[in-house]
Amino acid sequence: MPLLSIRNLSVTFATASGPFKAVDGVDLAVEPGEVLGIVGESGSGKSVAMLGLMGLLPPSATVTADEIAFEGRDMRALGARQRRKIIGKDVAMIFQEPMSSLNPCFTVGHQIKESLKVHLGLDRSARKTRAVELLSQVGIPEPERRLSAFPHQLSGGMSQRVMIAMAMACNPKLLIADEPTTALDVTIQAQILDLLVDLQKSQGMAMILITHDMGVVAETAQRVVVQYAGQQVERQKVSTLFDHPHHPYTAALLSAIPERATGKRLPTIPGVVPGQGDRPNGCLFNPRCPRADDRCRTIVPPRQPASLGEALCHYPLEAVGEAA
Amino acid sequence: MLRFFLSRVLVLIPTFIGVSIVAFAFIRLLPGDPVALMAGERVMDPERHAQIMAQLGYDRPLIVQYLDYLFGLFTGDFGTSIVTKRGVAGEFFTLFPATLELSFCAIVIAVAIGVPAGVFAAVKRGSWFDQITMGAALVGYSMPIFWWGLLLIILFSGTLGWTPVSGRISLLYYFPQVTGFMLIDSLLSGQEGAFTSALSHLILPSVVLATIPLAVIARQTRSAMLEVLGEDYVRTARAKGLSRFRVVGVHALRNAMIPVITTIGLQVGVLMAGAILTETIFSWPGIGKWMVDSVFRRDYPVVQGGLLLIALVIMIVNLVVDVLYGVINPRVRAR
Repeated sequence: MPLLSIRNLSVTFATASGPFKAVDGVDLAVEPGEVLGIVGESGSGKSVAMLGLMGLLPPSATVTADEIAFEGRDMRALGARQRRKIIGKDVAMIFQEPMSSLNPCFTVGHQIKESLKVHLGLDRSARKTRAVELLSQVGIPEPERRLSAFPHQLSGGMSQRVMIAMAMACNPKLLIADEPTTALDVTIQAQILDLLVDLQKSQGMAMILITHDMGVVAETAQRVVVQYAGQQVERQKVSTLFDHPHHPYTAALLSAIPERATGKRLPTIPGVVPGQGDRPNGCLFNPRCPRADDRCRTIVPPRQPASLGEALCHYPLEAVGEAA
Repeated sequence: MLRFFLSRVLVLIPTFIGVSIVAFAFIRLLPGDPVALMAGERVMDPERHAQIMAQLGYDRPLIVQYLDYLFGLFTGDFGTSIVTKRGVAGEFFTLFPATLELSFCAIVIAVAIGVPAGVFAAVKRGSWFDQITMGAALVGYSMPIFWWGLLLIILFSGTLGWTPVSGRISLLYYFPQVTGFMLIDSLLSGQEGAFTSALSHLILPSVVLATIPLAVIARQTRSAMLEVLGEDYVRTARAKGLSRFRVVGVHALRNAMIPVITTIGLQVGVLMAGAILTETIFSWPGIGKWMVDSVFRRDYPVVQGGLLLIALVIMIVNLVVDVLYGVINPRVRAR
């Protein structure tokens, strides 16, 4: 039984100019202890899908799904109170902007201990011991002293470590990391990523890593979902994805990795992810796809078999990605 | 923290001098003088008029009068009323508890209703509660306070007969002044019905005085709360699986209170201005009524001294707000 199983998750925002489907029919299955990468450009609905799962979207968003099961329990059927027993305890989430994700009015210690109190009911001294333990676990020097620090006294990297400590507080079975390194500078990015991978391994928890960095996926994840304009366009194992991308979008993303570029100029994907107003007919990627023809522009593409990376494409790539 | 506090106290000195100049100048800008007004309808012999003015020291150049007054202030002498011949500071502190009691009740009403109303309006943004509350706040804010007071008197004192029209307590009760606060003194006196009487006298003026601060606080809380509810750390709090009450009432509210505390501090100044009207309408024997009476009598020392003491109270309140601000907002404290 997968740890988390999602079928046909969609998120629709009510906007002034009508409903906007930011996430369209997403399926996910996460096994215990595995790392799943979700990649895609900005605006492809990666974060929104996960926020929808966590119930963290604003009221203007409507989340629908055929199934959202955590450890076999249907989360859709749970009341708010029951849901909160899972959210923040068994499923934890860290975010892109660590500096603004911590509450400026409370000390680091208070914010970590709060989870321990609410979910585990630990007493005062146990909470303190555990909080110190967590801070040292995420590599914060002088953890005891840091407990009384306020977020504005911490750097971005330190803040993200605190966020991770908070997320790890109740030993979650699943950690959703939403672009955890995007806002940090490059030297810190690698440290935070290493920390996440170490914790994932030592705690045996599953992790969903949202990123737009293919390199990060290659280093950490076992499976990858490529998302574009709210749809999953490809689902593959990391071990085969880099050599055999099947969707032209995946191929284009891969050839845009600087380390893999062969020519003088780094290849890019022309255009941007379609928004609410400019959704094309047929395949959503067709305006930016070098291989698109009339069929792509008119008919919604089918889901290909697993041997072709479950690509959402009329003409999946068979061999080494030569597109873009 | 101590340095922060001391720097705030030092700022008070130039402010105090500034207020003393304004207080001194403004009352003299009004036409008429105390002696002519004391004489009333009767025509006064100009020589006699000049003689009394000289007696009071008002024939000297203004700058001399001001410096004399300022020197007095620094020796703790706020002057003597021309009319009652009693010390201004003494009169002020006799009357001040009445105003303080009224203002305190008003601010308690304003905060106790305004903050929760603002929070609910923000959480239920766009709902009927939000619309009605904010509509009412706009009406409350725009209401001329004297007219609103009269309306309430007509309804509750006139038509319904629930509350007395004026004063602090019924004439039936007499007890010594201990704290100067009628609610406390009436309880201390142990006289049956005294407390109820004091309370029934207090309620209407408090509500009238609270109206504008209540409206301002509710609106400010709502907008601060709306801003904070969209912050990343509120999302973090929800991601931790905290209850709605903890997310809104602890994580969001603590941050939203930072601008609200400032507003509440500013409203204390508004309250003092409002007290002048409210006390006049309800014949409340506080400093507001005292100031109005003194302006009409051109009682220069009382107006000067009274203004200065009111300013001092407001400055102290602002100092308290600044300190409170530091307590609630760790980012200020650190500096």
